[in-house]
This record gives sequence, C-alpha cells and structure tokens, in this order.
Amino acid sequence: MDNKQYGEYVKSREKRSPIVKNCFNAFITGGTICLAGELLAFGYESAGASAEDAPLYVLLTLILLSGVFTGIGFYDKIAKFGGGGALVPITGFANAMAASATESRTEGLVNGTAVNLYRIAGPVIVFGTSASVIYGVIYYFFGG
Amino acid sequence: MRFLRAFLIGGALCVPAQILIDKTKLMNSRILTGYVVLGVILGGAGIYGAFADFAGSGAYVPLFGFGNTLAKGVKEAIDSDGAIGILTGGLTGAAAGITAATFLSVLWSLIFKSRQK
Repeated sequence: MDNKQYGEYVKSREKRSPIVKNCFNAFITGGTICLAGELLAFGYESAGASAEDAPLYVLLTLILLSGVFTGIGFYDKIAKFGGGGALVPITGFANAMAASATESRTEGLVNGTAVNLYRIAGPVIVFGTSASVIYGVIYYFFGG
Repeated sequence: MRFLRAFLIGGALCVPAQILIDKTKLMNSRILTGYVVLGVILGGAGIYGAFADFAGSGAYVPLFGFGNTLAKGVKEAIDSDGAIGILTGGLTGAAAGITAATFLSVLWSLIFKSRQK
C-alpha cells in the first residue's frame, strides 16, 4: 500500500462530521430553551407583568436557572448534546460566566473567580458595547 | 401560536452557530461575539425589534437579543439625553442582565465545587 492508497484508506475510515445531526440537536436544544423562555413570559404576563417588562424577567430567570444547572453539572450535558443550541441562548452566556467563575475559584476569590469571570463573556461585552457606541454615533448624527 | 413561533425561530437561530462549530474551528467566544455584534447591527437598523415582536423569546433569548438590547438602549438614551446617550445607553439597557450574571457567578463560585477535570 503506497502513501496515496493509505491516504484514501484513512479518509474512508474517517468518521464523517455528523453536521446534519448536530444541527438538528442544536435546533431542538435552542428551540426548547426559547420555548421555556416563552412559557416563562406567558407566566409573568399572566401574573401582571407588562409585555414590555416580561422579556427582562425571562432573561433574568434563565440566567439564574442556567447558573444552577451549571453548578450541578447538568448544563454540561445539555451543551454536549445541543452544541450551538446550548451556546447561543442567554443561558449559554450565563453558563460560560458561571463555569469560568467556579472553575477558577481555587485560585482565590479575587485572582481566580473575579479575574476569570469574564474570560468568555468579556469579548461579548467588549464588542457589543463598542458596536453600540458606533451605532450611537451614526444614529446621533444621521438617524432620528 | 406564540410558543411554536418561539421554539421554531429560537431553534433556527442556533443552527448557524452549530454550522460554524462543525465547519470552522472558531472558539465559542468568537461565535458569541459575532452574534452580539450582528444583534447590534440588526437592532440598530430597526429590524430586530419588529422581529422580536413576532418571535418573542425566540428572538430575545438568543444572543442576538443581547445586541438588540444594547442598540435599543443607545437609541432611547440619545432620544432622551442627547449625545451622552451614545456612551450611557448600551450598558444601561443591558445593566440588569450583566449585573445579575456577574453577581450570581460569584455566588455560584462560592456554592458549587469546580467540575473541571
């Protein structure tokens, strides 16, 4: 068997990336988290929250739940199954923060937890606020 | 049916991230950053707000919604306070979420043991 044949052999044995299945799982997982959010919104609205305030209460509740699920190790299981579907919702953001904080606790509350808290969430906030400033400049001078 | 809409749209918005995970070696933080910046752009263009009225949590819960909140905060702050709103609006809009996630993460680090192997 020469090199070329061997290359072909390796290629044929290579596990093909199950992208369709992964995307389906991400869809189901992300959809379920958003469905949970909508159920919560319905609950808060039924309890008297305005349709304008309800989304914020929903996000705060999801952040709280995500932290608990992260702490007991359940969010890891969701993420393993759901991939992008567990990453993209606000619960993924909260999971990243909670996990970074908890994993680095042993290095101390200041040098561990506090320093590493924003390891993954930090770039999101940095670029999110920066983009919002650029948008603000455009809106101030050209919009409205 | 609002619940079906939230499920289908929220799920669909997660699929591009999965494709990026499978097809590229992008880090999670880069994917999330892309989602937020795109959310700011779509929110600033006035597209995402109308979309969120239709999709509910299907639009608010994915991280695009966080970007939309930043853009919405900036717009509202500029409308009410003028130029200073360029700087105050974004984080004001996102304040509750960021503060809650920050405080709770410190709390979790005190309550839960590390699961890192």
